Amino acid sequence: MSEDSITAVLMPKWGLSMREGVLVDWLVDEGAEIGVGDEIMEVETDKIASAVEAADAGILRRRVAAAGETYPVRALLGVLAPEAVSDDEIDAYIAAYELPADAGDDEDAASQYEFVDTAAGRLRYARRGDDGPALVLVHGFGGDLDNWLFNIDVLAQQARVFALDLPGHGQSSKQLGDPSLAGLAGELQAFLDALEIDRAHLVGHSMGAAVAARLACDAPGRVQSLALISAAGLGPEINADYIDGFVDAESRRELKPVLLNLFADSELVSRGMVDDLLKYKRIDGVHEALQQLAASLFADGRQQNLLAAQIAELSIPTLVIWGTEDRVIPPAHAQNAAVARIEQIDGAGHMVQMEQASRVNALILEHVLG
Amino acid sequence: MARNLSMKDAINEALDQEMARDPTVIVMGEDIVGGSGSPGEDDAWGGVLGVTKGLYAKHGDRLIDTPLSESAYIGAAIGASTCGLRPVAELMFLDFMGVCFDQIFNQAAKFRYMFGGKAETPVTIRAMVGAGFRAAAQHSQMLTPIVTHIPGLKVVCPSNAYDAKGLLIQSIRDNDPVIFCEHKNLYAHESDVPEESYTVPFGEANIVREGADATIVAYGLMVHRASEAAEALAKEGIQCEIVDLRTLSPIDIDSVVESVENTGRLICVDEANPRCSIAADVTATLSQEAFGSLKAAPQLVTAPHTPVPFSPALEDLYIPSAEHIVDAVRKTMAP
Repeated sequence: MSEDSITAVLMPKWGLSMREGVLVDWLVDEGAEIGVGDEIMEVETDKIASAVEAADAGILRRRVAAAGETYPVRALLGVLAPEAVSDDEIDAYIAAYELPADAGDDEDAASQYEFVDTAAGRLRYARRGDDGPALVLVHGFGGDLDNWLFNIDVLAQQARVFALDLPGHGQSSKQLGDPSLAGLAGELQAFLDALEIDRAHLVGHSMGAAVAARLACDAPGRVQSLALISAAGLGPEINADYIDGFVDAESRRELKPVLLNLFADSELVSRGMVDDLLKYKRIDGVHEALQQLAASLFADGRQQNLLAAQIAELSIPTLVIWGTEDRVIPPAHAQNAAVARIEQIDGAGHMVQMEQASRVNALILEHVLG
Repeated sequence: MARNLSMKDAINEALDQEMARDPTVIVMGEDIVGGSGSPGEDDAWGGVLGVTKGLYAKHGDRLIDTPLSESAYIGAAIGASTCGLRPVAELMFLDFMGVCFDQIFNQAAKFRYMFGGKAETPVTIRAMVGAGFRAAAQHSQMLTPIVTHIPGLKVVCPSNAYDAKGLLIQSIRDNDPVIFCEHKNLYAHESDVPEESYTVPFGEANIVREGADATIVAYGLMVHRASEAAEALAKEGIQCEIVDLRTLSPIDIDSVVESVENTGRLICVDEANPRCSIAADVTATLSQEAFGSLKAAPQLVTAPHTPVPFSPALEDLYIPSAEHIVDAVRKTMAP
C-alpha cells in the first residue's frame, strides 16, 4: 500500500480569523469505520463549538491528537487508512506530516476580508473560490458573514462565493439609508453592481432570505436562483421576544438566553459567541440600526413583508430549507412557498446552516449546479 | 474593522474620536501637548509616555497644557464639567492625587448628591497606576482602593486595549466623575480593537476564561498574571475561571457570586496593598453572599503592606506573580 491511501484528519478552519481550536473530544474510537458526513470529533474555538463531520471515508487508524488539547488550524489530529496499511506506514506518515506554513496566518486572515464602497456605504465581504457560478450569501437580522463559516469554503469548491455584511451589520457601515426591505434589497443590488456581478444565485438566511427574495421580485434578471433558509417573508409570524430581546440586550446575562432561541442544541451558544455579539452591539450606531430594522420589518411582532405569492409568480428556481426546531420563524411557513422545493431538516434550529452544515451545503450545491 | 492595537494607541483613539464627535470634550494636563505653542508634531510629545501624541495637531487648543499644579487644573476641569464641558484631565500618576484630592472626593464626588440630583459632573480623570516601571515609591502605587472607597466616584481599570477604548468612551459620555486608571505596564499590550467608536458598560465584569474548579478575581495587570497562573494550573488538570472586574465602582459582584457558586473556591488578586484593598472588599462581600458555596477559605494575593521598593529585585518580588497565584489556588484545592 502506498501513502496515497492514507487520509489526514485535520483541525478545521472555521471562519477567516480562526487560528487554533480545542479538540474537546473524539466521538469515534480507533478502528471505527467512518463514512463521509459522520460526526467524528467535537471542536471548540473562541467563537463556537461544533461537531466535525468526516470529509473522507475510511477506518480511523490513529487518534494523533488528545482530547482537551489545543491545536493550530490544519494540525494533524487523526489518520484514516484501510486495514492493509501497516502501523509502520502510519507512524511514518505521522512523523512526516508538516503543518502548512500559512495555516491560520494573521495576514492571510486580514487579506481575505475586503471592503467595497457602494451607494449604501462601505460594505465588508469575503470572496472565496475562483470558478463556477456566482453565489451570494446574505445573512439575517443581527448576523454577519461569519454566519456562513461552515458553508463558505465548501461552497467555494464549486462556485465563486461572495458573503457580505449588510449595512448596519458586521463590519459594514452602520448607517442605514432605508431600513425597509426594498431598501435592503436595493443595497444588495448595489453590492452586486459594485462587484460587477450580473447574475447570481442568492442564498439568504432569515431576514437575508427576505432581502434576496425582494431583490428577485424587483430585479428578476439579476437572480439565477434563490435558496431561502429559515426564511423571513413567507408568513406573518415571528418570535417577537427574540427580536426585542436581541435589540435590547445590553449584557451577557441578558443576551445569552435570547441566543439560545437560535439553535436546537443550546451547547452551541459559547461564551465567545455571546461576547462577539455584544462587541458588535456596542459599536456606535448599531443599536439604532437594529431598532430601525425591527420597527420597519417586524412592527407589532409581525412580519410586515409577505412575498410568498410574488415569489410563486417568478420563474426563478427556488429552494426552501428549514430546521424543524426553528424557534424564531415557524417551519410551517415553508409550505407557503408554493413552487419551491422544500427541504425540512430534523433536529436543527434557526441557524440550520451552522447546525447541519454539510446537509445544507449539499442541498445548495445541488440546487445551484442542477 | 478591527486591528491589533496597543492599549496606549487605543486610549489615544478613544480621545481622538470623542473629541471629533463632541465639541465639548477637552483634554488638559501636564505636558499632554508637550510643546504647546509649537504647531508641528516634532515638539509635541503628547504626555510623558506619548499617550496623547498627535491630538494637538488634530484638535488644537482643545488640548491644554497646564501648569504643574494639580489642585489648579483638576479643580478647573471639575468646574468646567459642571458648566457644560466634558473635560478629560490627565493626572499623570494617580500617586499625585494627594494635592488635589479635596477637589475630587469632597467636591466632584458630592455635587450630584448635595444638589439634589440637579448637578452633573461629567469629568474624566485619567491617571497611570501600578508598579514594575522602576519608578520608585511615589510613582508606582496601586491606589485604586482609595478612590473606590468614595461614593460618587466611578472607578475604571482596564486590562486590555479593547476594554480601554470602550471604557474610556463610556467614561467621557458618563455624567458622573470617573477615575480612569491606566496601568503603565499595559500600554504596549495589544489586542483586537474596532476602528469604530463603541462603549463598554460600567459594572459588567468580563469572564476572561471559564473553569469549574476555582474563581480568580483580578483587574488591570493582574488579569494577565492570573491568566499565566491558570495556564500553568490547567496542565495539572485544575481549571480556573478568571473574572476581570474592569470597573471597581460600580462593581459587578453578581458575576463573581455566579462564578463562585459554580467553582466553590475564590482567589482575589490585587496589586494594591492588602489592607482595605479591592481583594479584601470582594472577599468580604463573597463571604456574606456566597458563604454556603465556598469549599475552602478564600485566598487573597496582594502586594505586601509596604511602599513600592525602588530596588528592581525587590520591586519584582513586591508585585503579585503568577507563582503567588498558583500557590493560592493550590491552597484552596488542598483537602
